Amino acid sequence: MKTHERKAPAAAMDRRRFIAGSASASAAIFISGAAIIHPGEAWGLEVKTLAPATMQTLVKAARDIYPHDRLSDKYYALAVKGYDAKAAEKPELKALIEGGVADLDSRAMARHGVRYVEIGWEAPRVAILKEIEDGPFFIMIRSGLVVGLYNQKEIWPLFGYEGESASEGGYINRGFNDLNWL
Amino acid sequence: MAKFDLNDESVVVIVGSGAGGGTLGAELALKGVKTVILEAGQRFEIEDFLNDEWASFSQLSWRDARTTSGSWRVHRDFPNLPAWIVKAVGGTTIHWAGASLRFQDYEFRAKSHYGDMQGANLLDWPLSLDELEPYYSRAEDKMGVTRTNGIPGLPGNNNYKVFEAGAKKLGYKEVHTGRMAINSQPRDGRGGCQQIGFCFQGCKSGAKWSTLYTEIPKGEETGNLEVRPDAQAVRIEHDAAGKATGVVYANSAGVLRRQKARVVCVAGNSIESPRLLLNSASSTFRDGLANSSGQVGRNYMRHTTGAVFAIFDEPVHMYRGTTMAGVIRDEAPHNPARGFAGGYEFETISVGLPFMAAFLDPGAWGREFASALDSYQNMAGLWIVGEDMPQERNRITLDPTVKDKFGLPVASVHYDDHANDVALRNHAYRQGMALYESVGATRVFPQTPYPSTHNLGTNRMSANPRDGVVNKHGQTHDINNLFVSDGSQFTTGACENPTLTIVALAIRQAEHIAGRLSANTI
Ligand SMILES: Cc1cc2nc3c(=O)[nH]c(=O)nc-3n(C[C@H](O)[C@H](O)[C@H](O)COP(=O)(O)OP(=O)(O)OC[C@H]3O[C@@H](n4cnc5c(N)ncnc54)[C@H](O)[C@@H]3O)c2cc1C
Ligand code: SF4
Repeated sequence: MKTHERKAPAAAMDRRRFIAGSASASAAIFISGAAIIHPGEAWGLEVKTLAPATMQTLVKAARDIYPHDRLSDKYYALAVKGYDAKAAEKPELKALIEGGVADLDSRAMARHGVRYVEIGWEAPRVAILKEIEDGPFFIMIRSGLVVGLYNQKEIWPLFGYEGESASEGGYINRGFNDLNWL
Repeated sequence: MAKFDLNDESVVVIVGSGAGGGTLGAELALKGVKTVILEAGQRFEIEDFLNDEWASFSQLSWRDARTTSGSWRVHRDFPNLPAWIVKAVGGTTIHWAGASLRFQDYEFRAKSHYGDMQGANLLDWPLSLDELEPYYSRAEDKMGVTRTNGIPGLPGNNNYKVFEAGAKKLGYKEVHTGRMAINSQPRDGRGGCQQIGFCFQGCKSGAKWSTLYTEIPKGEETGNLEVRPDAQAVRIEHDAAGKATGVVYANSAGVLRRQKARVVCVAGNSIESPRLLLNSASSTFRDGLANSSGQVGRNYMRHTTGAVFAIFDEPVHMYRGTTMAGVIRDEAPHNPARGFAGGYEFETISVGLPFMAAFLDPGAWGREFASALDSYQNMAGLWIVGEDMPQERNRITLDPTVKDKFGLPVASVHYDDHANDVALRNHAYRQGMALYESVGATRVFPQTPYPSTHNLGTNRMSANPRDGVVNKHGQTHDINNLFVSDGSQFTTGACENPTLTIVALAIRQAEHIAGRLSANTI
């Protein structure tokens, strides 16, 4: 995983100051014009209706909601990118998302002096999400992720789930009873 | 394949094609009775089934609006999905797991055996195990239940191996790979289980019994059975004398038709069956059909369920092979020393990663939750099926505001746990967690119940018409040519999975109806 904790000279800094933000506390995902760019994973995503910074925050919040260190940011981005098109169709959805992210950022600013994505450690970001977890913005993002993230077939092998099996003849000859450690 | 005229008044009309309706329809057809099954859903075949949890759920499940209330957690987590029921020809026998256990003798006499339980509306069945036994035998033969009729048990999969080892450590005696309506070897024109592992999504090998490709085609071959998909019953009609005369049904475009009938049988599962009776209220029957007792929709039961998942330091791959791959029966007897009435079964269960994410702890998020899923491949799981207490206020009512696309009030499902249910579930959680810990689980999760897969009791059988909706043949006390043919007949829930009993009752009911028709007494 390429988060800025690793890139930043964290050892030289005390944790408080790091959380509070500094010029080096940059996110793994950059904003470039109307797109967000992930140089480490070599992908970019054009954002049309939402602000690119909003999409950048959604990806970070998605990881904070269901943090799997073995999943690259790409899968979180895939899970939330659909909101951009949906927001184009529904102004009230756009307002909910932009408002929700603005709220995250203002809470982050008030406590740590940086935007949500720039907070260095997971715990203080999660503390902010906790404060809003009963609100409509969080509920929508979280419940959307349950399917949007975990129903991506590409991630299943990373969890050891093999998916469709009928076309392979089931597991009758492929390890349905291969457990031997008991 | 038969095709009957809408004005043919001689037919038996069955609403629903699942375990109850599909079996009843085929049995009647085999006895030469002209029968029409109206099924709200579409007709799919085995090749249409999808080894994909969400896609299969969307393809086959009943997703039309329903509402909920009560203190059960399903109301909070899935307010519009109280139950997991299939809407397709074959009903929930497409998604079911196949566990097929007979009730225990005293479970037909819950009231006299357990004594009065405060807040519970217990009642004895007007039927005994002795009376039902011959029909259980026929049902087991029809469904090809393993460990009956000389059919060998299924081989145990990885999830079963962990379950069995833990059961033995705890000193449980009766643990095996279950009595399953799944072919362990080819039988009845269907092949053996390929251990595909998507039993909850429709069996692609046809090894698992479903009315869709067993009973229904057998009935159709006789020329006496017509199954009409995309035909949702919206109202049962009656004449001035109070006899049922036919069923009005709608296709998905909303076009209404009226099928005349000599006999009407309701088998839409325990949420839709009472809803249909209530939505059929008339100036003669103001509270709904067959509801002089006021019990239509009441005593809704769902079994006291829950699951325990456990993480080990080694891989399990629980999803490989039969979903319900084994049973422990030691906790099934009634043993009040445990602090509750009735008993429970343990059965293995597994779900894929997508459903695990949705159901492990609905609404949960953060690292505790995510780290559990990180160990998905090292998980084993079991399901709890315990008897729940019938309660009058646990009921299906017509929602006062929400309507379906035909403009009819939808079903609203209210459920509160009884204190006995809570005590039973907690006991089962403790035992289930101990079972896995005894074989080295590093983390265990007592999991909250899923939306109801077992829906029971909302048109219950009673000896006295004052106490229930139907008699021991499923015939309504109020209207002699109106029957109930699904799990809503259950007087109490027992602790066994319900479908074998639903099928046995349907076989028995077919005999009764055919007899009454030829004697001209209905
Ligand atoms: C995932 C899962 C696993 C299960 N595993 C087991 C198991 O291992 N063992 C067991 O015993 N049971 C199991 N069950 C429960 C079992 O599936 C049900 O008990 C059984 O199918 C109920 O039979 P039924 O005839 O009452 O209703 P269903 O089989 O649900 O059939 C009802 C049919 O009626 C139709 N219908 C409803 N209303 C109308 C209407 N108004 N007009 C026309 N048609 C209508 C529905 O579309 C449906 O097709 C499981 C269920 C699920 C969901
Ligand atoms: S495990 Fe067996 S019964 Fe279940 S779906 Fe696969 S073949 Fe069918």
